[in-house]
Amino acid sequence: MSSETQKILTTGGIPLEESLKKVEKRNKIKAFLLVSPLLFFLIIAYISPIVSLLFTSIDDRMVTNMLPKTFKAMKQWDGKDLPSEEVFEAFYQDYKILIEEKRHGKLSTQMNYEKNGFKSILKKLARKMKKFEEGNYKEQIMAVHKRWADVEYWRALKRRAPTYTYSKYLKGVDMYENEEGKIVEVPEERRIYKILWLRTLEIAFFVTLFCFLMAYPIAHLLATLPMKYSNLLMICVLLPFWTSLLVRTASWMILLQQQGIVNDVFVWTGLVADDSRPEMMYNKTGTYVAMTQILLPFMVLPLYSVMKTISPSLMRAGKSLGGTPFITFWKVYFPLTIPGIGAGCLLVFIIAVGYYITPELVGGASGTLISNQIAYQMKSTLDWSFASAMGLMLLTGVLVVYWVYNKLVGIDNIKLG
Amino acid sequence: MSETDSFVKFKKVDKSYDGEILVVKDLNLDVAQGEFLTLLGPSGSGKTTILMMLAGFETPTNGEIYLDGEAISNIPPYKRRIGMVFQNYALFPHMTVYENLSFPLKVRKVSKDETDKKINKALSMVSLTGFETRMPGQLSGGQQQRVAVARALVFDPKLVLMDEPLGALDKNLRESMQYELKHIHESLGVTVVYVTHDQGEALTMSNRIAVFNEGKIQQLSNPDKLYEEPVNSFVAEFIGENNTFQGEVSEISGNKCRVKLGSGDEILANPISVKLKGDKTKISLRPERALINPEEKIENKFKGKIEEVIYHGDHTRIRMNLLGKSQFILKIPNSSARMDLKLGNEMIIGWHSKDCRALDLT
Repeated sequence: MSSETQKILTTGGIPLEESLKKVEKRNKIKAFLLVSPLLFFLIIAYISPIVSLLFTSIDDRMVTNMLPKTFKAMKQWDGKDLPSEEVFEAFYQDYKILIEEKRHGKLSTQMNYEKNGFKSILKKLARKMKKFEEGNYKEQIMAVHKRWADVEYWRALKRRAPTYTYSKYLKGVDMYENEEGKIVEVPEERRIYKILWLRTLEIAFFVTLFCFLMAYPIAHLLATLPMKYSNLLMICVLLPFWTSLLVRTASWMILLQQQGIVNDVFVWTGLVADDSRPEMMYNKTGTYVAMTQILLPFMVLPLYSVMKTISPSLMRAGKSLGGTPFITFWKVYFPLTIPGIGAGCLLVFIIAVGYYITPELVGGASGTLISNQIAYQMKSTLDWSFASAMGLMLLTGVLVVYWVYNKLVGIDNIKLG
Repeated sequence: MSETDSFVKFKKVDKSYDGEILVVKDLNLDVAQGEFLTLLGPSGSGKTTILMMLAGFETPTNGEIYLDGEAISNIPPYKRRIGMVFQNYALFPHMTVYENLSFPLKVRKVSKDETDKKINKALSMVSLTGFETRMPGQLSGGQQQRVAVARALVFDPKLVLMDEPLGALDKNLRESMQYELKHIHESLGVTVVYVTHDQGEALTMSNRIAVFNEGKIQQLSNPDKLYEEPVNSFVAEFIGENNTFQGEVSEISGNKCRVKLGSGDEILANPISVKLKGDKTKISLRPERALINPEEKIENKFKGKIEEVIYHGDHTRIRMNLLGKSQFILKIPNSSARMDLKLGNEMIIGWHSKDCRALDLT
């Protein structure tokens, strides 16, 4: 007997494997062509912005390109004492070109991010440089302002020499690379981002929790009520979706303001005195209330779709076997809804972590999130690389949440309907 | 009071869901200890509602239900000690077979050793030993059903309710499960109330059968009596196959009556629901009680013409035109002595008056 396995042939005499591949290939090409518009769209609209975000966040070529001679001359400088005459001369020449091309303003903005007070001395230098004589630039420049004789400012300049930098990421967590090249925290009174990150996580967590607590009974009712009531309830749940987000947030502003309806009711029922109406807006309370209401459907719908599939006979079986309603709920019903809870919580948390419009309108100073800071950096300070860095940090955070969820519960356990 | 005489007692129970229609009307029913009682009826006849009231998932609108001498209307389902097998099995999908079976024991705080012992016994009873760690999703329909049965029995309930438990199984499995359930019932001696719409199932398994229609018991008796002696035309038509003729009583005396059919022919029948001359009636005759080429002195004897012959394996079904009715069915066993069953042949058909029952006209 021969031990080699015989190749199976089709009735046409072609090896089966080959024949199958041929047939499958056509299907594969067809499938690829069908999804290719979507793939193309994804690459254009999703992947390429993220990649460009990554580059913007670490790109530091602007300063490098503006002062090419200076950085070349600085290579030999050890950074301990003031740099040599060659560096000063190179800087003079670079800066002269920048002034001629009217690009020196950008340099001063960039250097001011690096070290406060850089902007004014660069401006002053630009004015005085017109009268500079040839040679001995070190003394001439140092004479413009005493800070030019401070080695700290030259070190700050050198730090901007590399083409790429991770300093924006450090800034995002209130850290920086100090003069010795060590990564340290910024002074306590200037730490803002860490607090903002923690607050973002806290608000997202509690919004998710509140949504869960409110959505679970609603979803249960939706899944168990007779058709005519559950349809009405479903419309009530979905109604907010048909209203503009801005309108919903604005209506919360009307409700929650100090002279608003909620406060009026409190006063009318005697819960609070008229002169001590609580502030429920422009702080965390406002953000919690408005975001919970707005994100509630994202929790209700996955829960509902899972609960709908749980046969009512399971609860009956549990009770007939001797389980009290609570035990039956806890041991039978609740475990079966976990896929829906997971999906709902993940959805709400991820949306909440990056929420912008509602905290912007009702959050005030203490209720804003990291996304508001990102918007601020993009619109007001124009530090796009910092905004990109924070955006990417947020994205990474979301991916970490997703990963942890996958480890704990398993992403296959998710059910959106 | 006589509440203690029977194990389960329904006393004047009414049930309505919407306040307009009574799903169950004035139900009085007794179930003896150890009995296998089947509630049989078409869908919508109220049989499942009765089961749900007994289990405690529905409350009677009126009347009272007694279990073991105790009124149970105010006892919640989880305190009733009633095991229940559901139509769709209702196994907990996130628990293993062992966990499913230990659920009723755990809530009763049975010790671990005792639990293991009971589960072993229950699983061996349904021949599923060794399946403890399987999830319900990994079992076939028949195996799931057997787990459900084991779960309903594992905590030694007073009473076991089964709501069309075999409805989702295929025909062969359904039949073997019928025998298995019957044997389990016989060996444990537990009282079972069983709901089905499948008359074959009811006849095979039950001690007694209650036939329901429109919320009322039509007939309550043991299987053979139900089949052989239906008391009204609903039962006659619902259970088994049936040849019917409509007519009017022209003469009645003792246990015989003469019925004149629309075609003008007259049949001698057994008066069950008819009392007086002139009553309208429906005559019911089981196909197997009709004889081919009968002896000379049989009471009813007519000539018919074969219109259709259908081969059924163990028997042949013949549809013939008899007494102006073209739906007369005959069942002939496929034994060696085959007759000349050909389309268009004429045959003499006869039957005894006691086998054809003059019932009500519905």
